[in-house]
Amino acid sequence: MSDPKKHQDIDKETGVETTGHEWDGIKELNNPLPRWWLWTFYLCIVWGVGYMIAYPAWPLINGATAGVLGYSTRGEVAAEIDRYKEQNADLTSALAAVELASLGDDEALNRFAVAAGGAVFRTNCSQCHGSGAAGAKGYPNLLDDDWLWGGTIDDIAYTVNHGIRNETDLDAHWSQMPAFGDVLEKEEISQVVHYVMSLSSTEHDATLATAGAVIFDEQCSSCHGVNAEGDTSMGAPNLGDAIWLYGGDEATLTETVTYSRFGVMPAWGPRLTPSDVNAVAAYVHQLGGGE
Amino acid sequence: MTTPQPPKLFAPQEPIFPRRVSGFFRTLKWWIMAVTLGIYYLTPWIRWDRGPALPDQAVLIDMAHRRFYFFWIEIWPHEFYFVAGLLIMAGLGLFLFTSALGRVWCGYACPQTVWTDLFILVERWIEGDRNARVRLWKADWNFKKWRMRITKWAVWLLIAIATGGAWVFYFTDAPTLARDLVAGTAHPVAYSTIAVLTATTFVFGGFMREQICIYMCPWPRIQGAMMDDDTLTVAYRDWRGEPRAKKRLEGTGDCIDCMACVNVCPMGIDIREGQQMECITCALCIDACDDVMAKIGKARGLIDYLALADEPEERAGKPPKPVWKHVLRTRTVLYTTLWSLIGFGLVFALFIRADIDLTVEPVRNPQYIVMSDGSVRNTYTLRLRNKHGEPRDFEISLTSDAALQLSLEGFDTNVMTVAPDSTTQARVYVISAPQDAAATAGTTALRLWVEDVESGERAHRDTVFNGKDQ
Repeated sequence: MSDPKKHQDIDKETGVETTGHEWDGIKELNNPLPRWWLWTFYLCIVWGVGYMIAYPAWPLINGATAGVLGYSTRGEVAAEIDRYKEQNADLTSALAAVELASLGDDEALNRFAVAAGGAVFRTNCSQCHGSGAAGAKGYPNLLDDDWLWGGTIDDIAYTVNHGIRNETDLDAHWSQMPAFGDVLEKEEISQVVHYVMSLSSTEHDATLATAGAVIFDEQCSSCHGVNAEGDTSMGAPNLGDAIWLYGGDEATLTETVTYSRFGVMPAWGPRLTPSDVNAVAAYVHQLGGGE
Repeated sequence: MTTPQPPKLFAPQEPIFPRRVSGFFRTLKWWIMAVTLGIYYLTPWIRWDRGPALPDQAVLIDMAHRRFYFFWIEIWPHEFYFVAGLLIMAGLGLFLFTSALGRVWCGYACPQTVWTDLFILVERWIEGDRNARVRLWKADWNFKKWRMRITKWAVWLLIAIATGGAWVFYFTDAPTLARDLVAGTAHPVAYSTIAVLTATTFVFGGFMREQICIYMCPWPRIQGAMMDDDTLTVAYRDWRGEPRAKKRLEGTGDCIDCMACVNVCPMGIDIREGQQMECITCALCIDACDDVMAKIGKARGLIDYLALADEPEERAGKPPKPVWKHVLRTRTVLYTTLWSLIGFGLVFALFIRADIDLTVEPVRNPQYIVMSDGSVRNTYTLRLRNKHGEPRDFEISLTSDAALQLSLEGFDTNVMTVAPDSTTQARVYVISAPQDAAATAGTTALRLWVEDVESGERAHRDTVFNGKDQ
């Protein structure tokens, strides 16, 4: 063993022993800590033991020890959600019973409906219609002023409740365009496609379009209307406007006419509460295209 | 041979019994204590009328509504740079005072010093001056000792409760909260805040005292880096005092080793050993020594505010340098200039800020949509701010080189009312006709305006319109 005296390095200025280490000429004095500091250390240990007893602490195979207070962050979130549900109970029941067309008259209820509807939309609708409700090919854009099945708030609520072309709900919107590939010749389809393109002032072949007008009148006008203005009672799109659900170019239109389309939407009435349906209808209605 | 004892790991706290002292610096400190404590305890009770919609408390940090009120000034969260500016000023102010006067903050204005001073005042009032307190400390725990100790602790506790209690009044309407606190209906946060601050005041002021400064506070260590040869600190003129002697003999210095400077020291140090980390420059030893010097018929200032640069000069027999020559130097002038510039900047910003304002957030999901007639529409979320105490009608408009139409969601006209002292969110649509350039271009610059219909006051924000060519 070495002589401990050898390691003792006394600072000349203060007469206090140093720790013996040196950093760039700087030595640390080995002054004793104040005793109360030691007590704070013991206090921390006591606190730590108390914490382990009171709160979740030891990780075990199937989760941590629960602690005698039974606290959990999940439980806190659940309690908070329940608290808000309770606070909003009056508004929620009012929203379930409201006459939707007059929802705008009740400013507070409308604000609640739009906020709640936004949450419902982002949870249940955004997967197809997009988080910004701008839709995608085959999934309608809900921001614009073009509606397949009507854009009043009641129309929207009906669509949400019953869905489109689903067999689980007899009241669902249902319409089916025939696949004209079985009915018309390829050339006739080309003619009618060019006629449809002419309706929205897209570049087209005028001769084909003229011939297509006759076919349109025979085959298409019963649903899409004589002027191709569409019909929301049967979900027939307006073919004269600038909005296309699947696309307005020649190839896409040919595909649509030949094979037809069959977009579906589930009925949300059985999955959501009446107030949630009304809320999401109010939300969609105020996105910028509601009628 | 005996093996040397290992050094002790822990040391007990040495009790300190500061003696009463009077003099110029003590009087100054009493005044500073009265003013700072007065400001602290009374400020929340000052009323300031701002009209029916706003609180009438002169100084109020309204966390719930995100407002800070200071007499006629109202700060909103987006104006937090005022707070940042004040903090920078506080920092520079500390640099200035430290480089000029050393740890003057510690000695005079630090809450730890002020409250400790107050607690020592109570202690002296109940238990007597230094000698009586030393005797009481040494005495057994008899009835008299218990009585005095409990009385002292009770008074300390009252002060501590008042201190913790005053703090919470800054955050909500003071008279209402005071009633709620007494009735037991105040928010638990109010009670727990008071409890914590009461405990810290009681323990820090009554028992920890100098321990806080020596072991907990980082400031004493930082300040060392800001001092220079001209910084004024409390020091002992050992060239005049030494060799010290209790008896006045030929060749002895002015110091009669009466220990007055040590006995009054709240930090328990001997200033004659030179400047040390524990010294908070409270200057009480100057008062104590001046008193003694007057009694023995010597000039004052054996212990005095001195700079390091004074020592060689005074040893050489030169007269003391006046204080202002130490204080006024490039460094302090520079700090003062910076400090004032930021101060002027903040005051300027305070006067030019508008009472109405808007922020614009373009909706980017989607960037644009095509309407059934082929026109292109962009949507913008606006936040309209009305800082007036009464409701205002705001008209929204746009200016752009391109032909763009604006409409405010939910309103037939582009005018909406914004409630007093609040922000309202609104949505505007901007539409470009199908044939117009903006509809087919990538982006088009535009400026959105908000105008107070009544006063014509207006504000604007620049944003862009997204066309089809993305």
